[in-house]
Amino acid sequence: MWGNAQPELQSWGRCRRVTQRGVEQHWRDAILPSGPPRSLLPYGQGRSYGDVAQNSGGTLLCTRGLDRFIAFDEARGVLRAEAGTRLSDVLALAAPRGWYLPVVPGTQFVSVGGAIANDVHGKNHHRRGTFGRHVLRFELLRTDGTRIVCSATEHRAWFEATIGGLGLTGLVTWAELALERVPGTNVDIETLPCTSYAEFASLCDASDATHTYTVAWFDCFSYRDGRFRGLFTRANHAAGSPRPSSPLGTVPFTPPFGLVRPAAMRAFNLAYFKSGMRRAHKVETVPLDRFLYPLDRVDRWNRLYGPHGFLQLQCAIPGARAQDGIDALLESIAASGQGSLLAVLKRFGAQPSPGILSFPLEGTTLALDFPCAGDATFRLFERLHAIVREHGGRVYPAKDTCMSPADFEAGYPDWRRILPFLDPGFGSDLWRRVTSGLGA
Amino acid sequence: MASAPGIAIFGATSAIAEAVARIYAVEGARFFLAARNAQHIEAIAEDLRVRGASSVHVAVADLGNVEACAPLCEAAREALGAIDVALVAHGSLPDQARCEHDSASLCDALAVNLTSHAVLLMALAAILESQGRGSLVAIGSAAGDRGKRRNYVYGAAKGGIAVLAEGLMGRLARAGVCVTLVKPGFVDTPMTASFRKGLLWISAERAGHTIVRAVRNGKSTVYVPWFWRWIMRVLRVVPQRAFARLDL
Repeated sequence: MWGNAQPELQSWGRCRRVTQRGVEQHWRDAILPSGPPRSLLPYGQGRSYGDVAQNSGGTLLCTRGLDRFIAFDEARGVLRAEAGTRLSDVLALAAPRGWYLPVVPGTQFVSVGGAIANDVHGKNHHRRGTFGRHVLRFELLRTDGTRIVCSATEHRAWFEATIGGLGLTGLVTWAELALERVPGTNVDIETLPCTSYAEFASLCDASDATHTYTVAWFDCFSYRDGRFRGLFTRANHAAGSPRPSSPLGTVPFTPPFGLVRPAAMRAFNLAYFKSGMRRAHKVETVPLDRFLYPLDRVDRWNRLYGPHGFLQLQCAIPGARAQDGIDALLESIAASGQGSLLAVLKRFGAQPSPGILSFPLEGTTLALDFPCAGDATFRLFERLHAIVREHGGRVYPAKDTCMSPADFEAGYPDWRRILPFLDPGFGSDLWRRVTSGLGA
Repeated sequence: MASAPGIAIFGATSAIAEAVARIYAVEGARFFLAARNAQHIEAIAEDLRVRGASSVHVAVADLGNVEACAPLCEAAREALGAIDVALVAHGSLPDQARCEHDSASLCDALAVNLTSHAVLLMALAAILESQGRGSLVAIGSAAGDRGKRRNYVYGAAKGGIAVLAEGLMGRLARAGVCVTLVKPGFVDTPMTASFRKGLLWISAERAGHTIVRAVRNGKSTVYVPWFWRWIMRVLRVVPQRAFARLDL
């Protein structure tokens, strides 16, 4: 019943806790609190996993009070809203009127500003690209008090620096989004068994042209000699307007120890696989929100990982080297004995994002959550990041806790292009970490 | 109500008022909004229109100016035709320590949190009484149930509103008008931004839903959230000698 009150200002993974002060932003016409010596950083819904939204010793600009709609052109499907508005609020407004966001991440409880700053993607990346491709305009408020309205035609360089700009170019106060028409809020889903990377790739080849959403899930505990237990899911929008799915409940507090343990993960993964196999080769119609945001039904599920939290690895490996890279990663994870619930594979498409630092690249992305077991986990991540680097891939800053400056520079060779656009009064723990020693 | 309900909100830029307005907006309500800051109230008006409000009138007014209150209520009636729900929601959290030695601050605190509320409630009561229908909503506070060392000036103002609202309940019941007294406990709003938030806190959004439900059900007094009724019931019976020792 009090789940909506402001939680502690932590990251979603909660594995590196820091003390930071938050200042609530309520009005888009307000100026920013004076910056230095404390650096500022926008903080929306706290759904980034690592330290991209952490600013130790600095001030967070909490945007959840900037959640007003400004204008909605129902004929064209163009919505202007303040940047703290959650995607769930956008969808609650738009979906009953036949519109949907063209790109949504795996949770609808992120803010519009956060979706822009991390240039988020979803299960339809092969069709629609990233969130930033559908952002028409936004206003950027800088610590010097200037306001820059950016789009593909006005202040384009600022537009490209801010999309995927990790919140470092200033505070986005409002944004204008292009929505897309949908026949309803259902999807027709088909589940297929998927037992190796090669099979995943051929299912993508067969489905990417025919299906709006494609994604694969597999059990990383089952990985042996290039084979695993997995499920490939492909889906298309379908007519119908089911009621929004009701939440199953909230994890009310953080248990004193993590409940996500290897035995529990193995059992869950096996059960998940079996239930998926029962639906294999059938087409079912289910509510869109249940398909797109399965974890949203359990509020604060991150608490299940206990006081030490968890880390997510999400990386992308370019097409040609994806198979080798992903097999090497899975090999290394299997050897470590650490494992993950819900390992996810998704093929990214070729649509370029306007963002300079945008994460997705044409190829395959892999995402896994690991309970944080201290140094052992960090050492595993070091090895995994090295494999990503060797295969020409990159790590997703929104999920990252420990990528090194060398990993960052290898993954984002153009990163220096963002430097002229950084707000001198802004900073983040992630940015200080990944650029330390790089001469930014 | 055949047509869209007419909702008049005084202090419309308060977080609780905004949350209430959003709920009515989805139902296509017509609004009259009064508040001091022109840009802020315009931002809220735009938001309510997008959410589904069929019309939104805004009035920029300093509600601390009691002379302006009665004409403002008249303007609301003219804009809406009939007022179905009138909500008086403005307020500020006074600096208790300052009020203790500076009488000007004390008078300001009472003027904002009690006097202007009283004037608005009286003027609205007269309008609703003549209509013979409608709901009048006053925002008191759990802090008004018992004077506590830390915030008794605010508590005195809110306690005053509570007594006034209770009186109006009796008076207006005969006219078929419902009076709802809302007593929030800890609500996470800009007014309470500097407090550490714990388990007892709720969001303005939830407070809004509780208030709208109470008005619909014709409740006379509603605590937000409900458990404050029991907390305050216990606190009220603590003997003064013991109460004075509590760090409240």
